[in-house]
Amino acid sequence: MRWLARRLPSGRTLVTSVPYLWLLVFFLIPFVIVLKISFSEAAIAMPPYQPLLHWASDKLLQVHLNLGNFAFLVEDNLYWRSYLNSIFVAGVSTLLCLLIGYPMAYAMARSSPSTRNILLLLAVLPFFTSFLLRVYAWIGLLKNNGLVNNALMALGLIDQPIQMLQTDFAVYIGMVYSYLPFMILPLYANLEKLDLTLLEAAADLGCRPWQAFMKVTLPLSLPGVIAGCLLVFIPAVGEFVIPSLLGDPGMLMIGKVLWTEFFNNRDWPVASAVAIALLLFLVLPIMYLDRAQSRANEDGEHN
Amino acid sequence: MQGRSWFRIVSLVIGFAFLYIPIVSLIVYSFNASKLVTVWGGFSTKWYGALLQNEQILNAAWLSLRVAAISATLAVVLGTLAGMVLARFGPFKGRTLFSGLTTAPLVMPEVITGLSLLLLFVTMEQLIGWPRGRGMTTIIISHVTFTMAFVTVLVQSRLVQMDESLEEAALDLGARPWKVFFLITLPIIFPALLSGWLLAFTLSLDDLVIASFVAGPGSTTLPMVIFSKVRLGVSPDINALATILVTVVAIGVAVAGVMMTRQQKARDRDAQMALAANQQMIESLKKD
Repeated sequence: MRWLARRLPSGRTLVTSVPYLWLLVFFLIPFVIVLKISFSEAAIAMPPYQPLLHWASDKLLQVHLNLGNFAFLVEDNLYWRSYLNSIFVAGVSTLLCLLIGYPMAYAMARSSPSTRNILLLLAVLPFFTSFLLRVYAWIGLLKNNGLVNNALMALGLIDQPIQMLQTDFAVYIGMVYSYLPFMILPLYANLEKLDLTLLEAAADLGCRPWQAFMKVTLPLSLPGVIAGCLLVFIPAVGEFVIPSLLGDPGMLMIGKVLWTEFFNNRDWPVASAVAIALLLFLVLPIMYLDRAQSRANEDGEHN
Repeated sequence: MQGRSWFRIVSLVIGFAFLYIPIVSLIVYSFNASKLVTVWGGFSTKWYGALLQNEQILNAAWLSLRVAAISATLAVVLGTLAGMVLARFGPFKGRTLFSGLTTAPLVMPEVITGLSLLLLFVTMEQLIGWPRGRGMTTIIISHVTFTMAFVTVLVQSRLVQMDESLEEAALDLGARPWKVFFLITLPIIFPALLSGWLLAFTLSLDDLVIASFVAGPGSTTLPMVIFSKVRLGVSPDINALATILVTVVAIGVAVAGVMMTRQQKARDRDAQMALAANQQMIESLKKD
């Protein structure tokens, strides 16, 4: 009987294989299919693309590799500008999140333990309310006869409403607003663990508080800064909802381009090529984030 | 020191005001009698009445709630398994890929996830005839895939913080691994599962982009209805809908928060007593 026990999968293998298989089938293999379809030709059919493999006769299997979609991406500067603009917008949004989120996370980590839990709950709560509706709320605030313009006019600061909705400004507001919790949480987790005796030591050695912050707190919180920045930057590059609700209709963002190619132009192969190009750009940051998270978990085990 | 605590309070107040003013404004204007959303025309609950008459919104909400409940439950099961594997099983062949596959859905732009899942479903239908067409099943599968990553992170970090000696003690006393999991590990990490379920539920209820790709013509989810209405501008019945959703979620999170804190305290006490009893036993054994 022992050989049978050895042949049967162990409990460990079973526990591992269920989520592993799910992720392979529904997360990894889809990318292979996207890659495949990015090399095919659009066709008026359902699904609207031509197969890569084609039996010309019984023994002759033809492979049609259409590089046209990628050539199209390179030639048409609409795509280039969308990619560059998305990266720029995501980068600025990440920086703004860091500038607002760091002081907040710092203040939270330095409050008394009971206040700390309440503040943490307050920071997490927006996670649990609809992202779509929170972006929508900004339309009511930013439009020409919206709350912000009305308030500024009532205060006499401006005579005429400022155009805020459908500008880049509104997109940055929406981005920072939606992604701020993703910045605060890893920063808070990091700053909370900071050994305060290090700061006392720095003060004893004659460091002014500002110097101690620059020389001790900031370098030690760098892993949290990096994790927070990646958690904001990566999804922000492909963001679709915020620029389409708050931004100028002509604003070039790669998420919007992909959406338009797919839903309006029904060009699945070009949409796939756009996705592959975006994915190639994001693979390195995603791998880096995964490594950073594993390391953070290992540190947690030692404590 | 005085100056620094002042700075802290200001940054907290500004930060939280930024996070909450839009939500509060949605709630306030949902009770506005005027159809012009930003002009106050007196208190009224008529938009809530209008909402309850809107069959399109009600149908979409019912579909979204069912999808969210089923996918959150499946995501908790799969996410817990994945979290166990990453936190407890040590190195194994293919671990790096597995860890990457659980991290990537967290940050993957939704347009990519949505497109790739749609293309998978189309290919699967051509090859094996399943899933036939697209609708609730394909939305559920997609939502499980991207929300299980969030559950995995929560469970994994909870397991990493948890004292492994309790599990080891049970194993030493002869309990089978699955028994240890259900009697020791699961009750201890239960708060993480609860918040994981809530998070997966809201993420699913909220998802516009992925659902738009993988939904069939007959299955319109709530965010899809909201998006098509909102694109044309603000509308007061959406404010009413937002208020209902925000209130329900806030109550849910608050109740879960209180429950979790209480349970956590009780469990910590139990765990401490168990460890103390264990220690005593070892001491008495040493004396013999």
